[in-house]
Amino acid sequence: MSGQNNKHTLDMSKNLKRLLYGFYAILVLLIVVDLFIPKHPHFSWEKYPSFYGAYGFFACVGLVLAAKYLLRKVVMREEDYYD
Amino acid sequence: MISMLPPAAIFIVGAFLVPFFKGRVKSAYLLILPGVAFINLLNIPEGTHWVVRFLEYSITFGKVDKLSMAFGYIFILITFIANLYALYVKDNGQHVAALLYAGSAIGAVFAGDMLALFVFWEIMAVTATYLIWASRTKASYGAGFRYLLVHIFGGLCFLAGVILLVSNTGSIEFGYIGLNGLASYLIFLGFGINAAFPVLHAWLPDAYPEATVTGAVFLSAFTTKTAVYVLARAYPGADILIWIGAAMAVFPMFYALIENDLRKVLSYGLISQLGFMVVGVGIGTGLSLNGTVAHAFSGILYMALLFMSMGAVLHQTGKINATDLGGLYKTMPLTAIFCVIGAASISAFPFFSGFVSKSMIVSASGYEGLAALWLVLIFASAGVLHYSGIRIPYSAFFGRDSGIRTKEAPFNMLLAMGIAAFLSVFIGVFPGALYSILPFPVDYVPYTAAHVIDQLQLLLFSALAFTLLMLSRVYPAEIRAVNLDTDWFYRKGAGVLMWLVGNPMAKVGAAINRAAFETVPTSLGWASKNPQAALKIAWDTVLLQFGSQERRAEIAERIKREKEIYPGDIVKHWPIGTTVLWVTLFLFAYLLVYYLS
Repeated sequence: MSGQNNKHTLDMSKNLKRLLYGFYAILVLLIVVDLFIPKHPHFSWEKYPSFYGAYGFFACVGLVLAAKYLLRKVVMREEDYYD
Repeated sequence: MISMLPPAAIFIVGAFLVPFFKGRVKSAYLLILPGVAFINLLNIPEGTHWVVRFLEYSITFGKVDKLSMAFGYIFILITFIANLYALYVKDNGQHVAALLYAGSAIGAVFAGDMLALFVFWEIMAVTATYLIWASRTKASYGAGFRYLLVHIFGGLCFLAGVILLVSNTGSIEFGYIGLNGLASYLIFLGFGINAAFPVLHAWLPDAYPEATVTGAVFLSAFTTKTAVYVLARAYPGADILIWIGAAMAVFPMFYALIENDLRKVLSYGLISQLGFMVVGVGIGTGLSLNGTVAHAFSGILYMALLFMSMGAVLHQTGKINATDLGGLYKTMPLTAIFCVIGAASISAFPFFSGFVSKSMIVSASGYEGLAALWLVLIFASAGVLHYSGIRIPYSAFFGRDSGIRTKEAPFNMLLAMGIAAFLSVFIGVFPGALYSILPFPVDYVPYTAAHVIDQLQLLLFSALAFTLLMLSRVYPAEIRAVNLDTDWFYRKGAGVLMWLVGNPMAKVGAAINRAAFETVPTSLGWASKNPQAALKIAWDTVLLQFGSQERRAEIAERIKREKEIYPGDIVKHWPIGTTVLWVTLFLFAYLLVYYLS
């Protein structure tokens, strides 16, 4: 975050904060709208409110942690490993 | 016979004319050729065309139905886009190889028999290798060789299966095979290598990131999607494909998160997307097969778009590692926008192409009640947002500013990316056009309120996970490193093999060589000078080992004397009559054996 060049708005943490608040607002909106939408589920768990949001969140946290703490431990080598 | 040309012919013949054009004429030629091929294809009616007799078999160059047509359309379309993107390339070899590669992929798709399919399959392997080697770096030579070896192995599995199958059935027609018996498994294995089945997949992230900027765009489209096509043709409904595809959809995501080379990230992402298509083939219902074809179509477009945007970054900055990039949106804003459209399409945001194609496969798994599979596919649908949807544009164009200030990509690259981006949005907004070319009648509505909200929740809460992990600094840092994959077995295994060949096996070989060509012939030559005396010496040598103390001295003395006078005179001359008698006896024995047997 250099913030030195006003032309490029994504660098500025004030704007980044606004962006994040907007993002969180959309998430809340999605949770609310989800309650009023008629569903046509294939499986019983799809009926739980905001199932997709919860599943997506926890699946991705698991994905990232597994990649960082498990896969990197096993497969990561020096960049010149094959040379 | 119809008046059109076989679909593959225009690119394959056209490729050889490229070197005769220069400058703007060449550029025009490279763009008009796919246009001609497209018009030609539009005018080919369904049915079987261009059947040629070869030995006792019929070779078919035009098996035209809705399945082959859908792949034909997208293959020609992507050739146009990739040619446009590659117009700046001066090396004619790359243009020729790319057109031959595209042409043989089209040939494979329209091949009605396994012989033509095999030949096109092999041309694809060789021309693709050229597109990797054309980078002219040490890494690309190695990766190209490994690519070629893996694909030749796959081609030979396919050929072995074909020979077995043809000797059983007598027909070389290519159609439904199904998994039963050795022949079908060999063909399945050959297809599986090109489709990057798990464990057999390592050639893809090994080779594609080493290809040229433009070569990788072609590569991302043809080899794997041709494999999906042949699987859909020969093995629809094979249950094992469901689980192969599910594994393919999931495991590459972990690699894609930790890789540093952004084209390698895309390569793993490509495998994950292929996983969905393979699942669609495995489920084998009309909806799932439609989903496979639709996802291949939109997947070719957004994958090429992502490879084009990363290629543009590599072309403009000379860098492709996440550790070296960041903040490029300031100088490459249009490329950044096109990249974000590609990222939105692969992530399957509503109104982007992935949304209308991937959901058909996921829904098909729901309709079949395959709960575990469904959960896996939803997991992969959420994860794609991290490795492709966010990580690719974030690392290259946003994120930490690398300080690199470059120029926007050249106009032809921007135009190519723009067309691919436009089509990705067009398909997302008007899925009817894509649905109309699918092999089965489509009764699927992607845009329901529930589907849109569910998908937005899935993606945006995945994005929330990214945001929170990033803000808490848990998100894995970009690290320059090699991440081992299954190619370790042949890259390191080859070293072990070379050591075995160079050391123990070489010594054994030298010993055998010495025995067979020196020791044994000289001994035989020596013995044949006087067999009787030689036998005597041999017998005395044996006696020497067993005699008593004083006898030994005597025998040793005798052997010394015998060796001195050897070969000496051959003592006894056999009369000719005796020899004739022996010959007669042997002939008689031979006659008896011959008569009795």
